[in-house]
Amino acid sequence: MNLKVNIAGIELENPVIAASGTFGFGREYAEFYDLSEIGAISVKGLTKAPRAGNPPTRITETYGGILNSVGLQNPGVDAFIKEEIPFLRQYRCKIIANMAGSTFEDYCEMAEKLSDADVDLLEMNISCPNVKAGGAAFGTNPDTVYEITKTVRKYAKRPLIVKLSPNVSDITETAKAAEAGGADALSLINTLTGMAIDVKTRRPILANVIGGMSGPCVKPVAVRMVYQVHKATKLPIIGMGGITTGDDAVEFMLAGSHAIMVGTANFTDPYACPKIRDGIQAYMKQYNIEDVNDLVGKVIVD
Amino acid sequence: MSYQIHSCKVLSQKEIAPNIIETRIQNKELAEQAKPGQFLHIQCGDPISMPLRRPISICDVQGDILCFIYEVKGRGTKALQSQTETLDILGPVGNGFTVAPQTYKNPAVIGGGIGVYPMLYLTKQLPTASAYLGFRNKSLVTLEEEFKKAATFLSVSTDDGSYGNNGFALDCLKKDFAEKQFDIIYACGPKGMLRAIQAFAKEVGVPCQISLEERMGCGIGACLTCSCETHEEGAGKYQRVCKNGPVFWAEEVVL
Repeated sequence: MNLKVNIAGIELENPVIAASGTFGFGREYAEFYDLSEIGAISVKGLTKAPRAGNPPTRITETYGGILNSVGLQNPGVDAFIKEEIPFLRQYRCKIIANMAGSTFEDYCEMAEKLSDADVDLLEMNISCPNVKAGGAAFGTNPDTVYEITKTVRKYAKRPLIVKLSPNVSDITETAKAAEAGGADALSLINTLTGMAIDVKTRRPILANVIGGMSGPCVKPVAVRMVYQVHKATKLPIIGMGGITTGDDAVEFMLAGSHAIMVGTANFTDPYACPKIRDGIQAYMKQYNIEDVNDLVGKVIVD
Repeated sequence: MSYQIHSCKVLSQKEIAPNIIETRIQNKELAEQAKPGQFLHIQCGDPISMPLRRPISICDVQGDILCFIYEVKGRGTKALQSQTETLDILGPVGNGFTVAPQTYKNPAVIGGGIGVYPMLYLTKQLPTASAYLGFRNKSLVTLEEEFKKAATFLSVSTDDGSYGNNGFALDCLKKDFAEKQFDIIYACGPKGMLRAIQAFAKEVGVPCQISLEERMGCGIGACLTCSCETHEEGAGKYQRVCKNGPVFWAEEVVL
């Protein structure tokens, strides 16, 4: 049985990737299992300089999901290169460096630095809903997506994944723009913007008022978007949005994902990633599938 | 510290005051590892519908039995109340109170509302302690007997004066301070109360540890959602309540 997948020339042991922002730099989850068991880790979103993030409250549960507004708290790209890469390199899982900037220059500078460091793939986060400058402002306009991808592409000497925002009217437009700009792969979806209000105090629960929604409740939206983007571009897709079980992962692969990311489920169950890998394997066994790649885009639409 | 998930047998769930539930669970490993001030990160109900665990402080440990007490507030705690067989628990989690009777010979323990409960196991581990408990009203006064046994001095207050001293627990502690000369204050309670305790500790120059509560995600320090503000700048401005806390030195944090 083959679980290996290839994303833009980088081979992953299996299609399960820990999603950025839910997994830190892997240290906490390494207390639970050997990180070599998963295909890759997309690390906490990195910025050029260290960043404090948003004031609390930063998280709340909603029906079948969560809202968060961490606001990219991170130690900065230099500290990541110095402190975190050597730790992650003890494991076989591939390293995806997730970059978040406020300007084109931020992304270019980080792409250049990270390409010279020991990472496997770059993921350009132009869809963070929780920061004022950059973030989703870049990711929702197809022309800007094209321009930023084209510009950053010149500085990226590693395969470049562009992470797409679902907060658009037609995701195939931004997907095609990223492809035209030279992206090597796409990851989708980032969180859907949402809000929750405490009716007792009449105040928003999140200090940032609006946050990003994730978890099982967003899964149908995410599956639909992966399906549409798979039809609209030739790029490898990393699908995510509420994946909690092996069957959820298979669903994303049938819709057109070459690999999948697991985010919110890590909070529910720290062992979610290896369990989802086992679940994919169980599905393959049950349906006599030799190669996990044979599932990609195989949804039957009569 | 290495983390673990435990499947714990529920021995009892009992309403000890209106909407206040005392749960007793059995798990040897968890009981052996638990320290005062640490918490349990508990799966409540159906995880697809409720993806976040709920953090609840450890109230007491006796042999291989742990006790925690919570207020039924929302969907999660309602679901928790109906789980009578087993519980899926990540823990024990976090940094607890500094128990150092050699250094601090005369501690004061103060708890308000549901913040009373994490203080019992701490009080039991301190050779001497004066305990100050505050509740909203008489119907919520709980664990008085347990604290009476564990502490060398006990003061119970209610906000409306329906039981014990009339007013706030902190006011009682303040009144006793000149006479008792506490050399450390341990506290847990609502933010307003903690803010007042923090200010008092600073005023009298006594070390103070406070246990904080915050809405929480992973519970292990990865997701950076349960933050509390500190006096640091840059990436260290917000510390993780689950990993750096839930117990902090009062002078470190901005409440």
